[in-house]
Amino acid sequence: MRIRISHATTYHYDTPPTGVTQVLRLTPRNHDGQYVAHWRVDLSDNCLVHQHEDAFGNITHAFTAEGPFSTLSVSVEGEVETQDTHGIVSGTIERFPPGLYLRETDLTQADASIVDFAETARAANGGDTLALLHALLAALNREITFDTDPTHTATTAAEAFALRRGVCQDVTHIFIAAARQLGIPARYVGGHFYRADGVTAQEAGHAWAEAHIENLGWVGFDPTNGISTTAAHVRVAVGLDYLGAAPVRGTRYGGAGESLKVAVNVAQARVQAQT
Amino acid sequence: MLSRTADNLYWLSRYVERAEYLARILDATQRLSALPLAYVGTSNEWESAVATAGCAAAFFKVYDEANEENVTDFLAFSTANSSSIRSCFESARHNARAVRTALTVEMWDAINGTWLELQRYGNGPTSREEFSRFLRWVQESSLRYDGSAYRTMLRNDAYWFSRLGVYIERADNTARILDVKYHLLLPENERVGGPLDYFQWAAILRSVSALTAYHWVYRDSLKPWLVADLLILRDEMPRSLASCYEAIVRNLDAIAGAYGRQGPAQRQARGIRTRLENSRMDGIFQRGLHEFIGEFITENNRLGAHITEQFLI
Amino acid sequence: MAAAFDEMKGQDGGVRPAYGELARWLGEVPPDVLDYRRREAELIFRRIGITFAVYGEADAQERLIPFDVIPRIMAASEWRLLEKGLTQRVKALNAFIKDIYGAREILRAGVVPDDLIFRNPAFRPEMSGQPVPHDLYVHVAGIDIVRVDADTFYVLEDNARTPSGVSYMLENREIMMRLFPELFSRHRIAPVENYPDELLATLTSVAPVSASREPNVVLLTPGVFNSAYYEHSFLADKLGVELVEGRDLFVKDEIVYMRTTQGPKRVDVIYRRIDDDFLDPLTFRPDSVLGVPGLMAAYQAGNVTLANAVGTGIADDKAVYSFMPAIVKFYLGEEPLLKNVPTWRCREEEHLAYVLDHLHELVVKEVHGSGGYGMLIGPAASKVAIEQFRAKLKTAPKNFIAQPTLALSTCPTCVEAGVAPRHVDLRPFVLTGRDRVRIVPGGLTRVALKEGSLVVNSSQGGGTKDTWVLDG
Repeated sequence: MRIRISHATTYHYDTPPTGVTQVLRLTPRNHDGQYVAHWRVDLSDNCLVHQHEDAFGNITHAFTAEGPFSTLSVSVEGEVETQDTHGIVSGTIERFPPGLYLRETDLTQADASIVDFAETARAANGGDTLALLHALLAALNREITFDTDPTHTATTAAEAFALRRGVCQDVTHIFIAAARQLGIPARYVGGHFYRADGVTAQEAGHAWAEAHIENLGWVGFDPTNGISTTAAHVRVAVGLDYLGAAPVRGTRYGGAGESLKVAVNVAQARVQAQT
Repeated sequence: MLSRTADNLYWLSRYVERAEYLARILDATQRLSALPLAYVGTSNEWESAVATAGCAAAFFKVYDEANEENVTDFLAFSTANSSSIRSCFESARHNARAVRTALTVEMWDAINGTWLELQRYGNGPTSREEFSRFLRWVQESSLRYDGSAYRTMLRNDAYWFSRLGVYIERADNTARILDVKYHLLLPENERVGGPLDYFQWAAILRSVSALTAYHWVYRDSLKPWLVADLLILRDEMPRSLASCYEAIVRNLDAIAGAYGRQGPAQRQARGIRTRLENSRMDGIFQRGLHEFIGEFITENNRLGAHITEQFLI
Repeated sequence: MAAAFDEMKGQDGGVRPAYGELARWLGEVPPDVLDYRRREAELIFRRIGITFAVYGEADAQERLIPFDVIPRIMAASEWRLLEKGLTQRVKALNAFIKDIYGAREILRAGVVPDDLIFRNPAFRPEMSGQPVPHDLYVHVAGIDIVRVDADTFYVLEDNARTPSGVSYMLENREIMMRLFPELFSRHRIAPVENYPDELLATLTSVAPVSASREPNVVLLTPGVFNSAYYEHSFLADKLGVELVEGRDLFVKDEIVYMRTTQGPKRVDVIYRRIDDDFLDPLTFRPDSVLGVPGLMAAYQAGNVTLANAVGTGIADDKAVYSFMPAIVKFYLGEEPLLKNVPTWRCREEEHLAYVLDHLHELVVKEVHGSGGYGMLIGPAASKVAIEQFRAKLKTAPKNFIAQPTLALSTCPTCVEAGVAPRHVDLRPFVLTGRDRVRIVPGGLTRVALKEGSLVVNSSQGGGTKDTWVLDG
């Protein structure tokens, strides 16, 4: 499938800031299931943008825009060719052994009820890791209600699990916390999801998890949709949790009254005739 | 030097100076309120004090009535008022702490000693006599800090920024104290130039320690335009706007010289100074003293903003 | 536990040579003079303590760390031994950290187990594969040393993050020279006063290649509310560098600048006394207001040196500590000159079983703890305390290590009843620059003032002493 993605973040300031510094993780890379045909990062400001690769292999762009300005927009746009790999993710850049992804982070720490949840799944599914992960996937998809209201970017897995509500970030954190609790390396993936129902305009990017299974390698699990990853998933960045894969991390000097608009569009690209 | 260090030194001086000013206002107001009741029909000196301190809006958010008790508490001891004497000394010490190594031992001792002593006053003195002593203590503390800075600081940018704080605050305060008369009511049966009017002017002069100076300079009875002349245009009067601006320009020039570069702050300061030099009292009174003061305070604030922007952030 | 080795009287009760003058002096000096000097020292410290009080507000009194006027003395030969051992140790620490964030050879060789590193909170994945200027990580190390007999020194802890205490080393010497000039003149004592110069030389030497010829060094502090702020301002003063807070710095195009009254000024080396977690909200804790947004980008672009580097905590982790002898051998091909205290890692079943059986004779510590908190000293603990600790240990064994209770050496110390032996340790400061390793002769001697106590931490009733290394 060829997927066309645009992702624009626009900040508006009532009182213009004197500067803004940001680090972006908005650029996908190639792996066996995904080929980036073209991709562009655009800023409304003319400052220098520095591209690097972080320790996890993600492409980062960093910049400092000098104010004053009353709006700032960061947008990316491009096309990605994807293939269904039955959720198996191979050919990725791996800088760490899977064991690293057993680390706990503040956002993915399992509390007693997540431990309970994980152990219940283990008791029901025995030693088969893949079956166990699918059980977690189905259970979370069933139990957590999608709701953008009660959680925010700093909500922990435990908090969201107690609410039984949240967005894709929260469900993914809970999945990761439970998997790690069971001794299965798991990580956070930020990216985009093409919706089969024809809705192309989205309010935010998507997020899901990857878990490492002996003999299979990394496998993508999307607990929000209750499925393994497919050709509809475009993988952008990975990390131990949201913070490691966040599309934008930034800070503002001076200014006030910031409002933020995110516009994501994920559509199937018109197939070009090949002659 | 670090902008933050300069900023701390600048505000440290401003806060100490402001505390002294508040003490002077309170002192003058106490005098005014001590007038024989016969003179005072409908007196509003406590309300005037709040207006002069520039915090009327904040005051009336907390209190309905401006009487001695409320105003004294608000201007001297309130922690809710960020510009009370107590808050000023707290802020001054907070700034001092942050730049401890940029201060001389004497400066630190002065400010820290003041702060420690302040703790002993608790929620305020219990009698008028004690309150008078408190006000004198505040003025002495400011003198001690000012003197220690003057006597012990190395003459470099740290010193210049610290002096800028003193003079910008002092210019603002002198302008405001002159405006007291605008806010003070003269009862209807009192005439301008009458005994109450006279007493009010005398209280103002005394509050800036300028009553004797007045007599030396003018050898005349108290006349409003001469009082204004003394506090606005006279170079030899150490609190006058002219004198403050002579010092501001001198210190900004020193900074420009050391840094090899000048900017909006230097230009603004020279502009204000030139306008003061070219002003005459009759012109000021023709346009209205209150309006002149209002404009001056705005321009002085603008200079403060330029200094902040150019050096302190 | 064997009887402790006394550094003045040795094992046989005769005075050891380095202490000859001091012993004679202690014999001559009337007790009331000693007591008088002790109070004088306290007074001087209280005056400096006014400086402490600045930051400590009402609890200023408590912040005064007791100072003992009787110096601890080491012979030149003893020091040479230590110096060699410390240099070796710190070289190994640097090689280890470089390897862990780079080629990971020691893991591939199976000398240190993978998961001890990768699952360790002190390991910073963000640093993996990221070069640092001159490949140096630990520029300032504070190695805690204890002694058990005439020839045996153990390393108790490697402090490789932001070790503190050096201001006490300098202040203690200053005070001793003021109080006891005559005792001073009877000895030839190696100076420590050049520490700030050595530190500045070290920091300047590790500036990035892109720095100007006179690199701009700053000291980054969390601010006046930090308990070590006094040391930060003290050191910045002695070094003659700016004491900056995070908000004084900003990053533009991967270069760090400080805000000055003359406009932005480039910063080349940051001697930071802020923990990794707070350094850069765009990489680590997003809620940190103490750090500099974008600092890590500038760091990884090679435009600024952080001293110490980010992620050095992996080397002073107590579980990693137990592998130090193997680490020294692996990188340097040498036998370690300083001993490691035998350590049981409770994460390993056999070790745990042994520890649970011998709690009454062991010291059990939290792997990531410091400051003497959260530890059990078996021989001194009550039955109840041991049982409570046993429960804690069983719930999270991987959080603990255990060591035999060492009989720390003692030194004569002023106490209520006169002069009596008290247990001590030593923290020398090891500086690693691009050119060489520098160690000023001495360090911070901490003394457990309570009779029989082995805990020297100031937060637990410990004091400090001046440490004299005799010249020649």
